[in-house]
Amino acid sequence: MSKGFSITSMPGFSLIALACFAVLYLPVATLVFYAFNAGQSVAMWEGFSLRWFESAWQNTAVQEATIRSAVIAVVAATIATVTATMAAIATTRTAPYRGLTFKYAFINQPLMVPEIVTAVALLIVFSRIKIWTGYSGLGYIIAAHTAFCIPFAYMPIRARLEGMDLTLERAAADLYAPPWAAFKRVTLPILWPGILAGFMLAFVISLDDVVITEFVKSAGQETLPTYMLGQLKRSVTPEINAISTVFLGISILLVTMFFFISRKKA
Amino acid sequence: MGVAQQAADRAERDQIRKRWLLSSPALIIIFFAAIGPLAVVVLYSFMVKGDYGDVKYWQFSLDGWFNVVAERDMFDDTLGLAWANISIFWRSLKLSFITTIITLFFGFPTAYFIATRKPDKRDLWLFLITIPFWTNILIRTFAMQEVIRNEGIINSALMGLGLVDQPVQIMFTDWAILFGMVYVYLPLMVLPLYASLEKLDFRLVEAGYDLYANRFQVLWRVIIPLVKPGIVAGCILVFIPSLGAYVIPRVLGGGKNMMLGNLIDLQFGQGRNWPLGSALSITLMIIVTLALLVYVRNTAKGGGNGHV
Repeated sequence: MSKGFSITSMPGFSLIALACFAVLYLPVATLVFYAFNAGQSVAMWEGFSLRWFESAWQNTAVQEATIRSAVIAVVAATIATVTATMAAIATTRTAPYRGLTFKYAFINQPLMVPEIVTAVALLIVFSRIKIWTGYSGLGYIIAAHTAFCIPFAYMPIRARLEGMDLTLERAAADLYAPPWAAFKRVTLPILWPGILAGFMLAFVISLDDVVITEFVKSAGQETLPTYMLGQLKRSVTPEINAISTVFLGISILLVTMFFFISRKKA
Repeated sequence: MGVAQQAADRAERDQIRKRWLLSSPALIIIFFAAIGPLAVVVLYSFMVKGDYGDVKYWQFSLDGWFNVVAERDMFDDTLGLAWANISIFWRSLKLSFITTIITLFFGFPTAYFIATRKPDKRDLWLFLITIPFWTNILIRTFAMQEVIRNEGIINSALMGLGLVDQPVQIMFTDWAILFGMVYVYLPLMVLPLYASLEKLDFRLVEAGYDLYANRFQVLWRVIIPLVKPGIVAGCILVFIPSLGAYVIPRVLGGGKNMMLGNLIDLQFGQGRNWPLGSALSITLMIIVTLALLVYVRNTAKGGGNGHV
């Protein structure tokens, strides 16, 4: 063998790896492919057409669900990011104090519980509150989403803060900057990529949620994922492929942006 | 105690009070929309079931917990095991376990492959794993459904090749759930494995070869022991969501092949047995917490921290 002995290679590993990538991408690629099908079927190719994108675009149920999803995600991700930023500032760059571990556990708690358990817990409590108050708006879904978005927003912000140079703030204080000015002019600009990354994570997590929304929503409060879940039970047309394709495109865009933002060095 | 010391103490107390104030909005939201409701679930599991769902308030009973594993015969009131529930528990544990093994088998070579690429190429491969990870679970489940349906890719290929005359029924079987879970949770296995493998010191691998170990021995005696924390992390990160899976068995398993998540859903829907549903939820949570404890102890012992 002219190539010599490579210590890093393992027989068959590359083959399995490439097969894994193929298996990960082929089903989704097929899904996207049939979104452009001219026929009714999601399995028989009958020529290229954008008709299903058009019909999805004109479907009022899809329109409403999309707007609802976007509103919920923007509001929930914004509240989650603001509160997570405050919590991150309060839990980093300090000697351990009483209650610090408690705060970590508390903030990360939504990650530890299976979604279905949180979902039924919220169903129990929110259905009671709906009866007591008579209010059955989007507030419940937004509250639920905010809670499970907080740990996701918290992670990148905390990571950014921990990598921050403490002397910068001290320098600002030495130069007689009041605490708020020091925060606004020094801390915030450095923290900004972390906050943006946190917001985008929270946004994607909220946009993607199926299980908790399915249990918390009132009648007529379909989000895009719960609408899709409902459609899967019925007969499937390429319209659902078209919706998935657009959804997928948005997710990939956000994840790519997140990838680059979180990679930016301080 | 000097005046200066007192002043310093007061400043520190002020500082801590400010920190509590600053973190309180996040803590309050999580309390009201996550932790508090969980406490209510515990309470509900000990109440008497209502006639049309919900519970009869402040009437306590152990029936919810009792019904997890046992049931009274409708006609002669004799006690028996609730085989329907037990078989769903068994299916959940079995499928989650098999999913973990399969994703480990395929995920390890994949993570190894990424970790042994040139440093500038690794990010791209890693990104290719991250994309499916962030793709909506419904889209991925739906994509898998398209593959395994009777008119789907697998069956079309098998029939086209003349291997079978009739489509093989995969949808609405345990196999469908298994395919779906492996497909959806594979990235969760690869990411922590990669985090461990990336830190692997290949000089140790080289030393193994110098000492006349063959490839299998190096893999089994050198690499695997070194990345064990990553393996444990990956297994637990796959096992936990598998056990609580709801969407995948609902879409791919149909009404009959339920897993724990669907059984819980059933009790809050048609079953109208909220105490039983609550007791099942707490049971699921206890199993998950035990698995998480293994994970925490494992990461505390050094490394294996997931990429997610």
